[in-house]
Amino acid sequence: MKVNDIVTKLSLEVLCGDTSREAGGCYIGDLLSWVMSHAKCDDVWITIMSNSNVVAVASLVDAACVIIAEGVKPDPEIIALAQSKDICLLGSEKTAFELAALMPEL
Amino acid sequence: MNEVLKLHYDVDGENFTSAGDASVNVKKKLRQMGFSPDVIRRVSIAMYEGEINMVIHACGGEVDVFIYPEEIDIILADKGPGIADVELAMKEGYSTAPDNIRSLGFGAGMGLPNMKRYSDEMKIESKVGAGTKITMKVKVAGE
Ligand SMILES: Nc1ncnc2c1ncn2[C@@H]1O[C@H](COP(=O)(O)OP(=O)(O)OP(=O)(O)O)[C@@H](O)[C@H]1O
Ligand SMILES: [Mg+2]
Repeated sequence: MKVNDIVTKLSLEVLCGDTSREAGGCYIGDLLSWVMSHAKCDDVWITIMSNSNVVAVASLVDAACVIIAEGVKPDPEIIALAQSKDICLLGSEKTAFELAALMPEL
Repeated sequence: MNEVLKLHYDVDGENFTSAGDASVNVKKKLRQMGFSPDVIRRVSIAMYEGEINMVIHACGGEVDVFIYPEEIDIILADKGPGIADVELAMKEGYSTAPDNIRSLGFGAGMGLPNMKRYSDEMKIESKVGAGTKITMKVKVAGE
């Protein structure tokens, strides 16, 4: 399933990046070291964190995209940073649970 | 072992925004050199954890990376407070990170365990009051 299809299905806001990538799974977490040990390449990563380290971690684990949940709004600098690192950032008012419940099978 | 690429980075202990830049840079280099996604992931995550630890716990330091065709060596050295009990620090969940750092998403106490997990060999030399030196090797598995 493409990130783009998830954007449509979950009514996500596209903050930046390329949504044409294929998503292979989903991981939810806010503790960055935990995410680095468990998230896989091509995962959709759902988090409520929105600082610059999120961009670095998304890049290191090679996530397909990051969904920033619960209406948390990243600063414009963070969106610009993500853009420069080719990270797709998405936003949603929904909780991580609600997003996961709506997530199609990956 | 004659084709070696050496990279050196100074890690700024004050700057949280740039923390991780060195690892992301190494990742890019490895990708250009054609290493497998698995090797790239292991090297860059292990190094990132070390880099972040230097910023959070040791006011910065230096990283040297040696890229050989068959292995990648990462040496992280700082002049921070040192680690009194290395065995304890290696335990999953052990962290002395203060609250302001935890609010950024760090402090799970998983950094050192991740470094161990993603590298093939890891050595920690640390002296309280003098600093910490961590050496990691990531082997490039042959086809
Ligand atoms: N370079 C260092 N200098 C001094 N102390 C360190 C250093 N690296 C790690 N430590 C100590 O070891 C502990 C465990 O480190 P570890 O990376 O596993 O967890 P953390 O950094 O606290 O949290 P996390 O990495 O999950 O965000 C730290 O809380 C700190 O007390
Ligand atoms: Mg750490």
